Amino acid sequence: MSAILPIVLDNLSARLGGRPVLDGLNATLSRPNVTAVIGPNGAGKSVLLRVVDGLVPADGGAVRFGLRPTQSVRRALVFQKPALVRASVARNVGLALIPARLGSSEVRDRVEAALRKVGLADRAGDPAGKLSGGEQQRLALARAAVTEPELLLLDEPTANLDPGATEEIEELVAAMARAGTKVVLVSHNLGQVARIADDVLVLWKGRAVEHGAVDRVLANPRTPEARAYINGELPWTSFAAVS
Amino acid sequence: MLDTIVSAFALIGRLDGDVLSIAALSLRVSVCAVLCGGLIGVPLGALVAVVRMPGRGAVIAVLNAFMGLPAVVVGLVVYLLLSRSGPLGAAGLLFTPSAMIIAQTILITPLMAALTRQLVEDADRELGEQLRSLRLTATQRARILAFDARFSLAVVVLAAFGRAVSEVGAVLVVGGNIAGHTRTMTTAISLETQKGDLPLALALGFVLIAIVLAVNAAASGLRWHAMRAYG
Amino acid sequence: MDVLRRSLLSLAFLGLTAASALAQSPRAITVASTTSTEQSGLFKHLLPRFTAKSGIEVKVVALGTGQALDVGRRGDADVVFVHDKAAEEKFVAEGFATIRHEVMYNDFILAGPNADPAGTRGADVLGALRKIAAAKAPFISRGDRSGTHAAELRYWSDAGVDLAAVRGDWYREIGQGMGPALNTASASNAYVMTDRGTWLSFKNRGELAILVEGDRRLFNQYGVMLVNPAKHPHVKAADGQAFVDWVVSPDGQRAVADYKIEGQQLFFPNAAGAGRS
Repeated sequence: MSAILPIVLDNLSARLGGRPVLDGLNATLSRPNVTAVIGPNGAGKSVLLRVVDGLVPADGGAVRFGLRPTQSVRRALVFQKPALVRASVARNVGLALIPARLGSSEVRDRVEAALRKVGLADRAGDPAGKLSGGEQQRLALARAAVTEPELLLLDEPTANLDPGATEEIEELVAAMARAGTKVVLVSHNLGQVARIADDVLVLWKGRAVEHGAVDRVLANPRTPEARAYINGELPWTSFAAVS
Repeated sequence: MLDTIVSAFALIGRLDGDVLSIAALSLRVSVCAVLCGGLIGVPLGALVAVVRMPGRGAVIAVLNAFMGLPAVVVGLVVYLLLSRSGPLGAAGLLFTPSAMIIAQTILITPLMAALTRQLVEDADRELGEQLRSLRLTATQRARILAFDARFSLAVVVLAAFGRAVSEVGAVLVVGGNIAGHTRTMTTAISLETQKGDLPLALALGFVLIAIVLAVNAAASGLRWHAMRAYG
Repeated sequence: MDVLRRSLLSLAFLGLTAASALAQSPRAITVASTTSTEQSGLFKHLLPRFTAKSGIEVKVVALGTGQALDVGRRGDADVVFVHDKAAEEKFVAEGFATIRHEVMYNDFILAGPNADPAGTRGADVLGALRKIAAAKAPFISRGDRSGTHAAELRYWSDAGVDLAAVRGDWYREIGQGMGPALNTASASNAYVMTDRGTWLSFKNRGELAILVEGDRRLFNQYGVMLVNPAKHPHVKAADGQAFVDWVVSPDGQRAVADYKIEGQQLFFPNAAGAGRS
């Protein structure tokens, strides 16, 4: 199977409840690494992830994955809230393998491997609801990892976690990226972006206003919108002035 | 009034094997109806909750309206269907417990479907996006969401059981209230009321209420334990 | 999840087989009869004797005579056992039965408030009804096409009372069985026509008392008929006929005569050829 790169976001538009959220967004993600997507609330970050995942249809433009048909690209999306079913830890991971129609022993092996990777192998039989917040998000990562995704989409995965749990998630994500998974991470945590991202895409009102290496963009944003956001000039007060 | 209640309580102690077998039949018929209604209504409700299709609003409106189907009308329709002169007459089911199960199933299936739809839709708000992101089909999502909502679905089952075991209109018409065969708690109560034996009718009523309470208590207990386990 | 589903399925299966096993006892017939025979307790007395002798179980659906005959017409019963001679003869004439056997009679009584405001007490039912109509005293009618209802309407017409003309608030049709009619009469201190059997086993009498009895016109004939297998081929002709034969046999007739409440005989066997016992 050929590579999914480059991922081309070509003049992408999308609406949510009739309101335009993405408005002619263009970007090209060409490296097998961690891309962070940042920008103020309402800029369209979460919708972008959903369009790339296929949850929300684009109503203009397209997402292209190298030369691959979109349907064939193994994508996984991890949400801010882990969205777990009231069932055992192992069963929650197993849900992701239902579409693959594997034999039960293979499912068991792959679930076990995924749980081992996130350090939850000994909790496999526990009810998912009994895990701590950090463990639940690691479980969500295991559920994403078990399908061996080529593209991992993360929507503020650590927004509800304490620093220790955040660090564990960051390590796991970095490990998956090192193993060859392309990662796209939406985050408001610029420290986290600096720690694990390689390049940064800045969204503003449904468009990509800046895209570059993480060190350069965070230290020296070139556009006024990116500068306003990164320097912590609150978007709600400066939004009108800048645009 | 007071006399009647006092003698009713006195009678409970002396209720005999007949009452036990009537209560057993009531339970069996209603439990079967709830199982059949659940096997149809729960998947139906879960699918309606998950599938987005044209006409969905109309389906939901019909389900909600049919929650209040009049038992006598259901009984009459089932009677006409099962009568020897009706389209399903050859099966010879009229005036049998099976006929009562069929009537009660029709009575409670919309109830179970409508309540399930509501619960699964709530679960879908929490989990739907994640499940769709896992590329699960509508049927698979419906199953998983219904499973996720299983402790709340226990309440649906209880509501359906309560409706089934306490209704008299449908079982009277299709069962015929035959002593030893199709006499249930409710038809027996209705019969004793007609005979003017109000204390006995009331005593049977107390037994029926006790059965419903016991079933509810058992279910709540199970639910509480399960919920503690799964959080 | 699979375990849950499998156990649910097996439970449902168990329940259904249990229910259908219950539905199909080896030899059983369905008899459509009247509330008066069922609620008076006669069947509880008769049927075990018949079943012990024949091995045939009898399932009784108790309805008003009109409804019971309709159940027979639809083929939902094997035997009808009712009390409205005219309607029964019509049933035979329509071909739903080939022959009607007289079985027994009981009698109607007129019950009403013990104080008897209309002054009906005695043994003349037609006179009593005229007085009730004249006084516009509250009267409860079954109004349900039952045998008792048919008899009541016959008495009014024989008494020369044109119900359509005099009827008012005092004449209340409740459209229910004998028991509910007695309950209603008891609650509203009204006059009511009832069969003696239901009266004797009725417990919620309140102020009600027997006011008119013993008039020969009040005798109430019961008949039994096998539903015509030519009309409804699934009718259990042999077992149904066995039941009909037994109730009119000396053995069955004796069982009818034996049934007593508070020492009073309720039904008087008079099948042709059986003789009085």
